[in-house]
Amino acid sequence: MSKILVIGEAAQGQLRNVSFEAIAAAKKIDENAEVVALLLGDGSLEEQANEMIKYGADRAITVSHENLKNYTSEGYGQVVLQVIEEENPTGVVMGHTAIGKDLTPKIAARLDIGLISDAINIEKDGDEVVFTRPIYSGKAFEKKIIKEGMTFATIRPNNIPALEKDDSRSGEVVAKDIDVKDLRTIVKEVIRKKSEGVDLSEAKIIVAGGRGMKSKEGFEKLYELADVLGAAVGASRGACDADFCDYSLQIGQTGKVVTPDLYFAFGISGAIQHLAGMSNSKVIVAVNQDPDANIFNVADYGIVGDVFEVIPLLIEEIKALQNN
Amino acid sequence: MNIYVLLKRTFDTEDKIVVNDGVIEDDGVEYIINPYDEYAIEEAIQQRDKHGGEVTVVTVGDEDSEKQLRTALAMGADKAVLIEVEDDDIEDQDQYSTVKILEAFFEDKEVDLILAGNVAIDNASGQVGPRLAEKLGIPYVTTIVGLEIEDGVAHIEKDVEGDIEKIEVSLPLLVTCQQGLNEPRYPSLPGIMKAKKKPLEELELDDLDLDEEDVEGKTKRVDVFLPPEKQAGRILEGELQDQVKELVSLLRNEAKVL
Repeated sequence: MSKILVIGEAAQGQLRNVSFEAIAAAKKIDENAEVVALLLGDGSLEEQANEMIKYGADRAITVSHENLKNYTSEGYGQVVLQVIEEENPTGVVMGHTAIGKDLTPKIAARLDIGLISDAINIEKDGDEVVFTRPIYSGKAFEKKIIKEGMTFATIRPNNIPALEKDDSRSGEVVAKDIDVKDLRTIVKEVIRKKSEGVDLSEAKIIVAGGRGMKSKEGFEKLYELADVLGAAVGASRGACDADFCDYSLQIGQTGKVVTPDLYFAFGISGAIQHLAGMSNSKVIVAVNQDPDANIFNVADYGIVGDVFEVIPLLIEEIKALQNN
Repeated sequence: MNIYVLLKRTFDTEDKIVVNDGVIEDDGVEYIINPYDEYAIEEAIQQRDKHGGEVTVVTVGDEDSEKQLRTALAMGADKAVLIEVEDDDIEDQDQYSTVKILEAFFEDKEVDLILAGNVAIDNASGQVGPRLAEKLGIPYVTTIVGLEIEDGVAHIEKDVEGDIEKIEVSLPLLVTCQQGLNEPRYPSLPGIMKAKKKPLEELELDDLDLDEEDVEGKTKRVDVFLPPEKQAGRILEGELQDQVKELVSLLRNEAKVL
């Protein structure tokens, strides 16, 4: 029987949704596989482990150590490699997150195996597992297989739906003692800059602004709308270059590639580089003063008008909706 | 310091992708240095100017990659190495293959710092940097936005999905560069003239004691396709206030995303 290890992420104690999606991905690789969740951190992870089981894992392994408080490729790498050696899984899946991107190539290199990064879909073709992943920032897609050995992949958040939570599920949770040796990389400090904790890559709704936001103060208006919607704020390169906001908000070919359910583009002209980062969003709304702006070619709904008039109206309208 | 930069030649970000028979066409495509690798080149030059030493830019690619290497030399790198691999030389060339080649190249090199882009904008796996560091047995830090080196210790600022981690790690080290690290310079005219005379070494797999079979990929691309064409959207009309009302109603009832 096949066994798939799902590496979960419990950032600041809270499991990320993509960790549940990774369990669903494991089931897509083999619906009969035993799914073993692995969680790393520096405190008790039992609650999170049980949560992983309710989302479809069969059992869970937790490893707590002071050297795992902050993620480092060395610390996490030691633990994951040891667990892989002991469990001998046929597959390993995790989210294509900051940690997933950083950690998985190290594991793949150590084991001399292939790795499919950033998969958005998984299908079976007979016994073969076929992964779909975006290339050229979503301007195209490729289908890829692993030729031999362990099935190893990271999945893009928000693309493979998590299984429904089943509170009646239970399974074995084993807290494993692993001595994480001294690290060469030391995390001295973490400066939290993210507001509201809504991560761009996992956000269901994104409110993005471009040069049309005119100024830093203008750009701030987006946060008011984002607050009402529970959305994350993003930006075009133009807005970042003009210093309206931090580069960490940039969406596009350089920058983040996002696929939310709903994407608002305010004052974004729609350069091909920006479209590469967001055009696979499920629903796109564009607001721009220029009726010929390229963004309208990918938008599902468009309003030709002044963003500074539209945003307050939109906030009002959505609040009214929420109060009903 | 011995500083190396890993460079990849990629399609220009302006280029549209055309797929024919499951293969991406490169007719009429403009090639550039992968944008994230430009941050790596710039950082390498700045670190060399501060600490002395030499910047060598390395690429695994076809012979046309010489152009991008010359650009890196024109920006200020000292030497370039082209490990020449033609398109169909290697079966299923993937990140495993590229790293196997780079590992062989670095085997006899004294390295203090290797810089790469955090991701290439074409295949976008971000695997090559970390895989190579692991193979060379050196630590790595990805997506860096700040780097100060003092007495053999790197003080790094790493972008973690918008948060910043301050990290300390001793050299030798591999880092991958994120937007915000620096402003890559444009090559100057004298730089371009000088670049023509700077050493550019060309190597083949044979020179690295590798056969094509040694570097065969572990993964295989079985198809390439374009996203479905988006249908033209709806531009709303009427008074702005009514448009917004209609929009919210459409998002709720038609698109069902609110």
